[in-house]
Amino acid sequence: MSIQKAQNNKAWFMVLPVLILVAISAIIPLMTVVNYSVQDTFGNNEFFWVGTEWFQEILSSERFHNALLRTLLFSGLILAIEIPLGILIALAMPKRGWGASVCLVLMALPLLIPWNVVGTIWQVFGRVDIGLLGHGLASLGIDYNYTQNNLDAWLTLILMDVWHWTSLVVLLCYSGLVSIPEVYYQAARIDGATRWAVFRFIQLPKIKRVLLIAVLLRFMDSFMIYTEPFVVTGGGPGNITTFLSIDLVQMAVGQFDLGPAAAMSLIYFLIILLVCWVFYTVMTSYDNDEPTSGGGPQ
Amino acid sequence: MDLSWMAWTQPTAIFFAVIASLLLTMSIWEYFSPGGGPRLGILRFETTRGDRFFVSLLGSAFICMAWLTLVGLNLWWGLAACLVYTLLVFRFV
Repeated sequence: MSIQKAQNNKAWFMVLPVLILVAISAIIPLMTVVNYSVQDTFGNNEFFWVGTEWFQEILSSERFHNALLRTLLFSGLILAIEIPLGILIALAMPKRGWGASVCLVLMALPLLIPWNVVGTIWQVFGRVDIGLLGHGLASLGIDYNYTQNNLDAWLTLILMDVWHWTSLVVLLCYSGLVSIPEVYYQAARIDGATRWAVFRFIQLPKIKRVLLIAVLLRFMDSFMIYTEPFVVTGGGPGNITTFLSIDLVQMAVGQFDLGPAAAMSLIYFLIILLVCWVFYTVMTSYDNDEPTSGGGPQ
Repeated sequence: MDLSWMAWTQPTAIFFAVIASLLLTMSIWEYFSPGGGPRLGILRFETTRGDRFFVSLLGSAFICMAWLTLVGLNLWWGLAACLVYTLLVFRFV
């Protein structure tokens, strides 16, 4: 396979406005963060060179390691629950008729709610004194209190994220499923394929690309989650739900340690960049592996 | 234009100048040799020289972080390791 020689580079000028926008909104702030990460400041625009000291401090700090582990654990759990659940719901949804439209609207509803509102809903929902969930569980004799119990806090956050974001996985998988031509299912019926065989050899290969996008989106979003856990638990009890993003904001805004916070955000950024690259590479590999219906390379 | 809010220092300015000149060099290379030189390397997927450049930069950042964590503050040897890594990426990936 060869990449064709570019014939007309004038199209690049069309990208110029976007490049300018990205420069203003992303590159210049990123440069500023890099500048902050090698200096210390006490305000009044006065800075003192410290070199790579903040990076070394952050990379060897137990606080950072714990926050990173908590964030990775949270993302892992979210993926382990939301991806299979999303596939199952998408498979169960009607593919045509009024039922399909109703299901799609219902599925889209949680995605329309702003993050802080979701956090507030679940904060109230889980309260033992007035919340439906908290009070209901207490009535059943279950000792549940997300403000005091570590496990309860984690369960509440995971349940909240599953409620909020499984719909995204469902909608992506559903779009992949409805695009499968009927002839595949007809062929499977003629061959006497079981329900599992239809899923394994027809549906799963056909939705694997959208599934990968779903995994990427859910991983990135859960890895960068801030608003919802901040509203519900505020990082507590203790530090048990203090994820990297919450820790970063505490360091930058709460403690006003701008240098260490800048170093930490760059490390955070590099981890996200690495994961993005891995997903991008896997996705483009799928693109290259997949046979095209329009014949061979031009 | 007052850029004091960006807290520029000479080392960070040199760092960004190096990155910018590397990008410019890659663009000039692409102009004279278009197509990106795609090939299958040891990772068993196709990479262009832009991919190899990105992998070199990203990998170098992680080498520097590992150097700071495991070895110590003097990053010059870490930078040498990054250069060796970059050469290996451009040769084999």
